[in-house]
Amino acid sequence: MLLIQNGRVIDPASKTDAAMDILLDDETIKDLGAPGRFASLEDAQVFDASGLIVAPGFIDLHVHLREPGQESSETIETGTKSAARGGFTAVCCMPNTKPVHDNASITRFIVDKARTVGSTRVWPIGAASMESKGEAIAEIAAMKEAGIVAVSDDGKPIATAKLARQVMDYCASLDLPVIEHSEDVSLAAGAVMREGVTSTRLGLRGMPAAAESICVARDVQIAELTGGRLHVAHLSAMASLDEVRWSKSRGLRVTCEVTPHHFTLIDEDVQYDSRFKMNPPLASREDREALIAGLADGAVDVIATDHAPHEPALKNVEFDRAPFGILGFETAIALTLEQLVHKGKISLMRMVELFTTGPARIIGKERKLAAGQPADITLFSTSHEWKYNVNDSPSKSRNSPFDGRTFKGAPMATIVAGKLVYKR
Amino acid sequence: MTPRFRDLLALEPLSADELTFLLDQSKPFQEIQRHPLKKLATLRGKTVALAFFENSTRTRISFGTAASRLGADTMNLQAEASSLKKGETLLDTAFNLNAMKPDCLVMRHSASGAPNYVARHLDIPVVNAGDGTHEHPSQGLLDALTIRDRKGTINNLNVTILGDLQHSRVARSNIHLLGKFGCRFTLCGPSMWVPRELERIAPGTPIRRAHRIEEALEGADVIIMLRVQTERLYEPSISANDYILGYQLNAERLKIAKPDAIVLHPGPMNRGIEITPEVADGPQSCVLEQVTNGVAVRMAILYLLTAGAAEDGTHPAIQGVHQT
Repeated sequence: MLLIQNGRVIDPASKTDAAMDILLDDETIKDLGAPGRFASLEDAQVFDASGLIVAPGFIDLHVHLREPGQESSETIETGTKSAARGGFTAVCCMPNTKPVHDNASITRFIVDKARTVGSTRVWPIGAASMESKGEAIAEIAAMKEAGIVAVSDDGKPIATAKLARQVMDYCASLDLPVIEHSEDVSLAAGAVMREGVTSTRLGLRGMPAAAESICVARDVQIAELTGGRLHVAHLSAMASLDEVRWSKSRGLRVTCEVTPHHFTLIDEDVQYDSRFKMNPPLASREDREALIAGLADGAVDVIATDHAPHEPALKNVEFDRAPFGILGFETAIALTLEQLVHKGKISLMRMVELFTTGPARIIGKERKLAAGQPADITLFSTSHEWKYNVNDSPSKSRNSPFDGRTFKGAPMATIVAGKLVYKR
Repeated sequence: MTPRFRDLLALEPLSADELTFLLDQSKPFQEIQRHPLKKLATLRGKTVALAFFENSTRTRISFGTAASRLGADTMNLQAEASSLKKGETLLDTAFNLNAMKPDCLVMRHSASGAPNYVARHLDIPVVNAGDGTHEHPSQGLLDALTIRDRKGTINNLNVTILGDLQHSRVARSNIHLLGKFGCRFTLCGPSMWVPRELERIAPGTPIRRAHRIEEALEGADVIIMLRVQTERLYEPSISANDYILGYQLNAERLKIAKPDAIVLHPGPMNRGIEITPEVADGPQSCVLEQVTNGVAVRMAILYLLTAGAAEDGTHPAIQGVHQT
């Protein structure tokens, strides 16, 4: 038994924000109570959470673990170790592995591997189309039976409106969300950053915001046509968020996520440094403001990292040639505190919601602190001062634009199924 | 105060004083181009590495000539013959060249920012000989030198740039240099090649777009032509006939500009497309002076970067310019 004492419990599901102790019994939560309530228990191991926030286990809805196929950049073992260090208790890994995760045998491989070497839970996302080529529908039902929580052709959108319609229709019957990487690939062809004054000044090829919002507009129309569940991944443009707001106002089943890098950085931060290259690219100042407003007012449902490791040999090249993507796990909580909570844009309750009930609702999971629930707990500090050194990361990759940044607030301990998998 | 240069990666970060210094330093080298014996011993014993990862004839020969007229030896790397095709990274290629101990690396590359990236990892000076669609600093300097010689000044001129602005590194270097001397710019070309963001790439410099060539030429002191690039990667090119109709500089249109306006072209010219032979070879054209001045400017650049380094044996740690 593990007793978490003296912490401030924040639980969006029950709207709790109070000093409470939590007693864990093996893999589940045994009980919650007022401070000192379990003090008489002699056989419990005590975790002193003084000064810390105690929250339901954080979920990262959008990550790349690179296994199978690109193990030199990341593995399920190293990726989930980094996730645990970032305060995450569960991660949803995208199917753009090699080979593409489009069948149940790969689902089973990921689930089994995660069970043996994973620090966190791993809830895989299967491909929407075979090889994510946008031609034939993947083995979605079989993958669901094996454990996928959503489908996506992430890295690119489902290639055609017709196939997107079929997938959304089919997934509605299977009660699975379709996660879309929204991008008009013709408008984005060859682009390495967001189009704007900065791309024009640097002579780097830009993609306009419309490259994203055109595809979001397509997909919300298809969500309306099919009644399916659409989740817009790593939304970066104000115009895309407007589409999501419009959908929500019409009662469509449309949700979206925003990454910490998109609410922290903008296109003006790009200086021929490939650590600032990701897709969607860093957006404009106005877009960033709109994303923050959406995170605050509820238009945005989830903060997800899009953790996208690339080994140094791949990433350390000319900006044009570098692959898209940056690390995300270990800076997510700190950036959220820095950009949103400390600046008074959102409350701690809202922050926890964006990392827990927000993503859980989309993939049909529950996240709450109550007796009988899985003992997944994230403990973080809002005041701990630290410096992020990417070389300390258990990840196999080093592609973070936040290396060397100092933060106020950090993940302090991560508990998965009753086990302490990370402690700062 | 004499500015000291570590690298020459772009004109954008340089001040008007620093740019004036570079232009002034080119003057004695212009003289040398007129001598029967053009070879100096200034950089004897020095080696200049010329790494051209993208096709170039003029710029490569110009830098090579500049180096040899200063008495330096050159090492040549050309993309087609290089190991890049075998999968070596740019940085490894640069490290290998550097291991042969050149005193300076002149590089051209199709990726914008590639020289910045290499310069971050090398301790010898890096000269950008054109990077992607970013900048072409030596071209910007030789254009300014040519304009100053012809007009007597580069202050407060009306400069019209015609052509594919979006993909032009020459245009960006022209704007960043001449803009610091109060020049006003009019950009003209097929509108998809003249994105409105260009008006804001150099804060403080008046830049406007004009869609009609007649409007663009009105009051121009300097007309800079850009080559119509037929090999654009992601854009379909517009038809030659449309281009000629809308944007070709011919003698008739040239009359709209000020009578003493001058015409520049970085080459290679597509005669009969963006410029008529009459204009290209006419009295207002400066194209061959540009080429001659190119050698002088590049001699000044190589001299300032490599001779300066020899005196105290150290380089300032950061990119750009240091006052000493």
